[in-house]
Amino acid sequence: MAIAAENVSKQFEDFVALDQVSISVPEGSLTALLGPSGSGKSTLLRVIAGLEVPDAGRVMINGVDATAIRPQERGVGFVFQHYAAFKHMTVWNNIAFGLSIRKRSKQEISARVGELLELVHLEGFADRYPDQLSGGQRQRMALARALAVEPKVLLLDEPFGALDARVRKDLRVWLRRLHDEVHVTTIFVTHDQEEAMDVAEQIVVMNDGRVEQTGEPREIYEQPANEFVMSFIGPVNRLGDEFIRPHDFELRLEPNGSTEEAMIERIVHLGFEVRVEFSLRDGTQAWAQMTRAEADQLELHDGQIVFVRPDTSKVFTGDGTATDASDEAG
Amino acid sequence: MRARAARLGLRTAALGYLFLLLAAPVGLIFFRTFEHGIGPAWDAVTTPEALHAFYLTFVMIAVSVPLNTIFGVTCALMLVRSRMRGKAIVNAFIDLPFAVSPVVIGLALILVYGNDGWFGGWLTEQGIQVIFSVPGMILATIFVSLPFVVREVVPVLREVGMEQEQAASTLGASGWQTFRRVTLPSIRWGLTYGIVLATARALGEFGAVSVVSGKLSGETETATLFVENRFHQFDLTGAYAASMVLALMALATLLTMNVLNRRRTT
Repeated sequence: MAIAAENVSKQFEDFVALDQVSISVPEGSLTALLGPSGSGKSTLLRVIAGLEVPDAGRVMINGVDATAIRPQERGVGFVFQHYAAFKHMTVWNNIAFGLSIRKRSKQEISARVGELLELVHLEGFADRYPDQLSGGQRQRMALARALAVEPKVLLLDEPFGALDARVRKDLRVWLRRLHDEVHVTTIFVTHDQEEAMDVAEQIVVMNDGRVEQTGEPREIYEQPANEFVMSFIGPVNRLGDEFIRPHDFELRLEPNGSTEEAMIERIVHLGFEVRVEFSLRDGTQAWAQMTRAEADQLELHDGQIVFVRPDTSKVFTGDGTATDASDEAG
Repeated sequence: MRARAARLGLRTAALGYLFLLLAAPVGLIFFRTFEHGIGPAWDAVTTPEALHAFYLTFVMIAVSVPLNTIFGVTCALMLVRSRMRGKAIVNAFIDLPFAVSPVVIGLALILVYGNDGWFGGWLTEQGIQVIFSVPGMILATIFVSLPFVVREVVPVLREVGMEQEQAASTLGASGWQTFRRVTLPSIRWGLTYGIVLATARALGEFGAVSVVSGKLSGETETATLFVENRFHQFDLTGAYAASMVLALMALATLLTMNVLNRRRTT
């Protein structure tokens, strides 16, 4: 394991930010810490970087106990949500900062900075100041600055959180490609489940200072460990004890014994997909997701009576185990 | 029509206020100084006593401003960055020189360093005289000009935040390297402003220095004390001429600040 946190706890006055958290991140992987705000994900990242000192537990980096090592000597690169660009330095000097601290020769710095400018597509911007760059450009500069010193670990704290939706998506793809090129062990924090699924190889879902589940994106989505993970990782309907993904509803025009009667309240067209909002006889509201072709075939319209049945659903028992409640009626 | 009249009235009031209280007195000093031509004024500010007074004012600035700058930056860093207890008390104490009358500050210094004061007796035995001598005057000047750098740097430090410093530390910079290469450049305008204000205050200080100086002409007399002395001696030309030099020095300080301010915004 390249990075491991073992039973890390951290408290800020009355607030428990981390409660005995353990994670392990394989060498060269791209891992997402995913959770709502206040779940402790950023604190965990800062503990790994050495920017926060844990109250208990330890941090291992490449097999070495790094808990007592100062951030300067941990060999981590850190990228902040709001870039933390050195505003009084040019892009070039920002990227060269770590190298000049290490007293590298001028030729070496020059070669390395040139290389990194190319890597982050900022070749023409070397002499600009951070406030002359767009948000996306600033964040790429911050990434280059962190990569310049060849860190063992790259830590990104909500790196795209301050950017608008389109730039976010572009940078996601770009980060994925960059990771394939550079292969440095990377952890990034996000509250956006789509972003985590899109970029990461491994996702650690956090809530209330604890780890709820760790796994590959597909595993997390298909076998959520509990109610929280199920509802955080994607949209969900709740019918009694059952949790059903909107795309797991089957809609029919005729009842077949295992279906329930429902009335369509609203049909929302989202391009390729259609969202069908309906209510059951007991007043429960739910919605189903289907392709436009499926909806057209059924000729669905507002106020129509249909018969619904979940293809698959999940029931979570109190001890945190999940049961698949699918196909009970065949 | 009424709105326009009101606006005109306000403007007249504001300008009249400025004229009567600021422009007229300062203008009159210029007028009185050169009433009898440049010669007498020049002679009045080049007597040995006058030159010594200006020299002493310069010494006050040269010692108090660097010390208050170092103290101010350290103190601001502590107030903003550390999680120390009792910060609120330190914070309140810093403003004391603003709140307390300079005369009181002078008397307080005598109580501590005077012959009958806390350390006064011991210091006299060591052959060091603080009160009625230059060291006491420097102490008084430091005291009255202490808050400026702190007060200008604290809000800038808050606004800049800690992330740049943390980024520098993850990039391998030591505490001192981070301070010199990241913190100091990002607070430089606030710091400059604080230094300029502290300089102007040290230049014009009268009350506290007057109490501890003993007013020995040619020995413990700063420029402001020299002006008062000349005035009391009915040497109005000397008083006006020295005042004018002080006013010009203050003006130069403020102009420096304005030039620096303009550079900041571009």
